[in-house]
Amino acid sequence: MSNTNHVEVLEKTKESEAISLKMKSFFIDHSVTILFIIICLIGVKISKLPLFFITSELLTRISRNSFLVLSLIIPVLAGMGLNFGITIGAMAGQIAIIAVTHWGITGIQGFLLCGLLSVPIAMIFGYLIGTLLNKTKGQEMITSMIAGFFANGIYQFIFLFAVGSIIPMKDPIMMLSSGIGIRNTVDLSKNVGIKYALDNLKKVPAIKVLLIALVATIIIYSGIRFYKIKNSKKKEKFITGQYLSTMIGCFVGILICSIFMFHEGIPNNLKMITKIKLPIATCLVIAGLCLFNVMIVKTKLGQDFRTVGQDNHIAKISGINVNKIRIIAITLSTLLAAWGQLIFLQNIGTLNTYGSHVQIATFSIAALLIGGASVSRATIGQAILGTILFHTLFIVSPMAGKNLFGDAQIGEFFRAFVAYGVIGLSLGLHAWRKRVGVKSKLE
Amino acid sequence: MTEAIKGFTNKLGLPRLIIGTFFLLLFIMAIILKLPVNTLMSDTIRRFGMYGVLVLAMVPAIQCGTGPNFALPLGIVCGLVGGLISIEIGLIGALGFVGAIMISLPFAILAGWSYGILLNKIKGSEMLVATYTGFSVVFFMSIMWIFLPFKHPEMIWPIGDGLRVTIALDSTFGQILNNLWKFPIGGVEIPTGLLLFFLLSCLCVWLFTRSKLGIAMKAAGDNPKFALVSGINVDQCRIVGTILSTVLGAIGILVYAQSYGFIQLYQAPLMMAFPAVAAILIGGASASKAKISHVIIGVFLFQGLLTVALPVANEIVSEGNLSEVLRMIVQNGIILYALTKVGGGE
Repeated sequence: MSNTNHVEVLEKTKESEAISLKMKSFFIDHSVTILFIIICLIGVKISKLPLFFITSELLTRISRNSFLVLSLIIPVLAGMGLNFGITIGAMAGQIAIIAVTHWGITGIQGFLLCGLLSVPIAMIFGYLIGTLLNKTKGQEMITSMIAGFFANGIYQFIFLFAVGSIIPMKDPIMMLSSGIGIRNTVDLSKNVGIKYALDNLKKVPAIKVLLIALVATIIIYSGIRFYKIKNSKKKEKFITGQYLSTMIGCFVGILICSIFMFHEGIPNNLKMITKIKLPIATCLVIAGLCLFNVMIVKTKLGQDFRTVGQDNHIAKISGINVNKIRIIAITLSTLLAAWGQLIFLQNIGTLNTYGSHVQIATFSIAALLIGGASVSRATIGQAILGTILFHTLFIVSPMAGKNLFGDAQIGEFFRAFVAYGVIGLSLGLHAWRKRVGVKSKLE
Repeated sequence: MTEAIKGFTNKLGLPRLIIGTFFLLLFIMAIILKLPVNTLMSDTIRRFGMYGVLVLAMVPAIQCGTGPNFALPLGIVCGLVGGLISIEIGLIGALGFVGAIMISLPFAILAGWSYGILLNKIKGSEMLVATYTGFSVVFFMSIMWIFLPFKHPEMIWPIGDGLRVTIALDSTFGQILNNLWKFPIGGVEIPTGLLLFFLLSCLCVWLFTRSKLGIAMKAAGDNPKFALVSGINVDQCRIVGTILSTVLGAIGILVYAQSYGFIQLYQAPLMMAFPAVAAILIGGASASKAKISHVIIGVFLFQGLLTVALPVANEIVSEGNLSEVLRMIVQNGIILYALTKVGGGE
């Protein structure tokens, strides 16, 4: 009797040890994300900004930026690391915008034309970057970063000096008074450009969208479960733990949403949240990209990406044209970045000709890394979570800096420090882990 | 014949050839456009001395095997701290300059040492991590410039907190090297002190590479495995190289600041590593090999090119900053070229 007891206790301690080990590895793996959740919560508290403002600003920023962040995923899959070259994709988007604004095509037609026009440009750029990166295997990230700086030089040359002199163009509004070069800022507002072309297609209160999404999740998830069990030969229970928790989560969500929508007794400052509207077309485009990222892994091309990402040599031996696959991956990323920049700019409403694209890569990559991604692994969830956290920090840090130190600038410096620091740290950690891995393999 | 040309270009290096030709071409254009050649010459020589030490900082980093030091801003902020403290405690003139270097040394050594340890942990991705270390240090120090308790009225904002964005050095150590033993030859001003200081620094680094430690460092950089077998502590050598590079970065920014006449804080050091890296690469160095001669040739060609390009570009296109665009293209193009030589494809 005592013996069995002893065994039981042993097993229990083993179990608890395993759990604590699991917890430990969970915390280590997600340390960056957890740290950021804490920083963001503190920031929100200190900034004293109303919740309504933060939420609505955050939703705007998510719809504005997540496409760009998502465009980083495919190169990571193909083992090329974080694509700092999305700056060049953004330039392709901006070239399309400048052309379309010059032609005077506005609204959603203009936006679609921009999207179409940026395809060939981005594909040429992507091909060039891919060729360059194939010559610098192992140093892709720094190469793509410097390539971004280099391309920025050429971009500036074209739009400051070549337009109007070598490339014929006449447009007194967009160009400098001398007739050479594009102005620093190009207005994209409603009558002359593509401002809100996609966002204003259809706007729906965010809370309604959430409600519908929750109901849809319940129906679709149940449907899939039902279908699976019907088709599988093994006897499975319909209700599993995961299913149950998802359902409960959804129902609680629905309950909270309905309280917000229909209950009268909610304080006004909370009631405001129901008035936040979501640009549904933009969200659908982003969801489409998420779906694309999921689907591509299932295709032959996606499998090739993964094989190349895991080991160049094995991929080569199994008959994959490694260089070609890498070029395709980078081209796709560049094209997506171009579209991402279009979504970004139609929301901002003014094109800063020589500045809009410069910080794109840094901020998108920082967001992805904050979400818990690494140089060799990135998922859609990490991209979205990272965007939320990074932009929460963006919104609250100036006010937090002001409230804490009496200087908004400190908040802004802190934000930049965090963005660069987190990239440096993640890259460093990745390199360190890789080295440790190689060492332990050798021993 | 083609063989001879190939051998010649190989010996001289393609980038050096292209940039050199371009430089000559611009110079001829300057003469044709009747620009004041002697002023251009003096400017070229002045900038040669001004940027020289910063470029020299690349040599130990490349030689010890950590690649071009993209984390130069780390050394730069150490130098800035030294300069600020020197002003704060009231040192002026030559004493101020020497004092600034002396004060910055311990900071630079400490920063270089800890950064060297970091670099040993991440072998293989030095350049990228270095870039972001440099960037984040600049922003961290931007916060610090607001918080650090400096009191000197010339350095702080009259209203509000923190140090000014640019601090004039007229009353302290501005132009101290530039004006030392300065003399004109045919309208060209020769800042003897500045050039001497730069060449002396080069000599020091050259002597160091000839010392026992220097040779060990070079061996560690050339072939780490071979060095390890011959009993050299590779990691330690890399740390020594990084410290030396950081220290030279600190001295370099002080030379730069005294020649420029201002100390620039906040975001100013952010991009300073890239011109320095580009200069040594133009001089003929690669990401794994560098000599003092590369520094001297590279900084002369690159800075000369930029100096001459500015008025020539302004003469051709009056609006916009064509020479700045040219700098971006040349600088990043040369770094890209060097990167394609690192991995070597397959």
